[in-house]
Amino acid sequence: MTLELAAKINSFLAALVLLTAFAMLAQRRMNGLIHLFAWQGLLLSVNTAIVGFVAARHHLYISSLLTLGLKVVLLPYILQVLIRRLKIHKEIEVVVNIPMTMMIGIGLVVFSYQLTAPIIELSTMVTRSTLAVALATVLIGLLMMITRRHAVTQIIGFLALENGLFFAATSATYGMPLVVELGVALDILIAAFIFGIFFFHIHATFESLDVEQMAHLKEND
Amino acid sequence: MNAWPVFLEVLQIAALAAVAPVFAGWVKMLKCWFQGRTSPGLLQPVRDLRKLFAKDVVLAENASWVFRFAPYLVFGVALLIGGVIPILSVDLPLAPTADVIVIVGLFAVARFFTALAGLDIGTAFGGMGSSREMTIASLAEPAMLMAIFTISLGSATTSLAQIVSSIQSGQLLLRPSFAFAVLAFVLIALAETGRIPVDNPATHLELTMIHEAMILEYSGRHLALIEWAGMMKLALFAYLGIAAFFPWGIAASRDLRALGLAFAAMLLKLAAVGLGIVLIETGLAKMRIFRLTEFLGAAFLMATLGMLSFFILE
Repeated sequence: MTLELAAKINSFLAALVLLTAFAMLAQRRMNGLIHLFAWQGLLLSVNTAIVGFVAARHHLYISSLLTLGLKVVLLPYILQVLIRRLKIHKEIEVVVNIPMTMMIGIGLVVFSYQLTAPIIELSTMVTRSTLAVALATVLIGLLMMITRRHAVTQIIGFLALENGLFFAATSATYGMPLVVELGVALDILIAAFIFGIFFFHIHATFESLDVEQMAHLKEND
Repeated sequence: MNAWPVFLEVLQIAALAAVAPVFAGWVKMLKCWFQGRTSPGLLQPVRDLRKLFAKDVVLAENASWVFRFAPYLVFGVALLIGGVIPILSVDLPLAPTADVIVIVGLFAVARFFTALAGLDIGTAFGGMGSSREMTIASLAEPAMLMAIFTISLGSATTSLAQIVSSIQSGQLLLRPSFAFAVLAFVLIALAETGRIPVDNPATHLELTMIHEAMILEYSGRHLALIEWAGMMKLALFAYLGIAAFFPWGIAASRDLRALGLAFAAMLLKLAAVGLGIVLIETGLAKMRIFRLTEFLGAAFLMATLGMLSFFILE
C-alpha cells in the first residue's frame, strides 16, 4: 500500500466519520443512535489499523483491536441493555429542532477548518488534513450533549466526542503511546459502568431520564 | 462516418424510451417479490401503456391548451434529457448543448407544466397536488444543484460528458466529497421521482398522493405519455446517478463493440439501482408531509458538507 493511497483512504474514512457524526445529530431514535455510534467506532478502528500499517507503528494494531472490542461491541451492547431495562427506546426529545442543530453543525465544521488551517500549514504528515474533521467531530459531540435532553443521549454525545479525540490523535500524531491509550480505554469503560449506575439512580428518583427534571431539585429552598 | 452521431443519438433515446418501462416493471416485480406477492411480470408497464394509448381521451369542458399541451411537453423534455446524458457513450453530439445545470432546468420546466396542468382543470385534487409538488421542488432543486456543484468541483467542469471522462480516467477515486454527494443525490432522487419516503407511486389515496393528484384528470394517450415520461424520469435519475458516480463501462471509443459492452453494463447497473430502490421502499414507511422539509434539508446539508469536505480534505 502506497503512502498516497493510504492518505486517500484516511481522508475518505474521515469523511465517513463526519457523516456518522451528522447522522447522529439527525437521528431521532435511541436504537439508531447506538447503531451509528457502533459504526463510527468501526470506522475509527479501520482507520487506526491503516495508519498503524502505513506508519509501521505496531502498537496501533492493539489500539485498533481495543477500539473494535470496546466501541463496536461492548459499549453499544451495554447501552442497548440499559435502554431495554429502563424501557426508553422511544423517540428522543431535543432542545433545538433538528435542522437547526445540523445548521449549527455545518457552522462548527467551517469553524474547525478555519481553526486548524494554520496547524495544517505547519505539519508535514500525510494525514494532516483530517485534523479539521477530527476537531469538527469533537465539537459536534459537544453540540449533541448540549442539544439533547435525555441523559443516555448525552452520554452517547460524550462517547462520540471521545471518538473525535481518538481520531485526532491517530491522524495528527500517529497515535498516543500505548500506555495512554490503554488508560483512556479503561477510563471509558469505567465511565460507561458508572453512567449505567447513575442512570438507574436518576431513573429511580425522577422516574425519567430527562435532565430537565433535575431543575426540580432546587425548588425547595 | 457522418451517420455515426445521428445513429448514436437515436440509439440513446431508443435505449431510454424502451428501457424505462422495463426498468419500472423490474422495480415493481422486485417489490412484489419482497412483499411475498406474485408479480405481473417484467412487461406489465408496457402492456399498461399500450392499453392507455388505445383508449379515447376524455377532456374536461374547461380544459385549456395548457392541459392538452403538457403531456407532449413532459414527454419531449424527457426524451431531450435522454439525448444529453451520457447513457451509452461519452462522445455524444448533443452533450455540449446542455450541462448539468441545464438538465436540472429542463426537469424544472417539465414539472412547471405538470403543475400548471394540475391547476388548469380547477379540481381540488389537482391544485393540492400542484402545491405539494412545488413545495417539494423548491426544497429539492437547491439541494440537487448543490450536489452537482460538489461533483463538478472535483472534475472542474459542469458538463456531464467531461465529468464522466474525468472519473473514468481514475483520478477521482475515493473522493471524500463524493461520499456526501452520493448520499445527497440518493435522497433528492427519491424525492424528485416520487418514491416511497416522499410520495407513494402506487397510491391513489386522496390525502397522501402528490404526483398522482396532479395527473388525476388525465386519460387515454395523454395519461400514457405522462406515465411513460414518469418512468423515463425514474430511469433518467438512475442514469444521472450512474454517470456522475459509477460511470465505468460507458463507451469512450467509437465502435460497436464498446457500445454493446456499455449497454450490458448499463443493464446490470440499472438492475442494481432497482434493487436499491426496492430495498429502500420496503424498509421505510412513507413520511408525513411535514417531515419532508427535514428530509430534504438533510439532503441539502449533506451536499453542503460534501462541498466543505472538498476544500478540507482534498
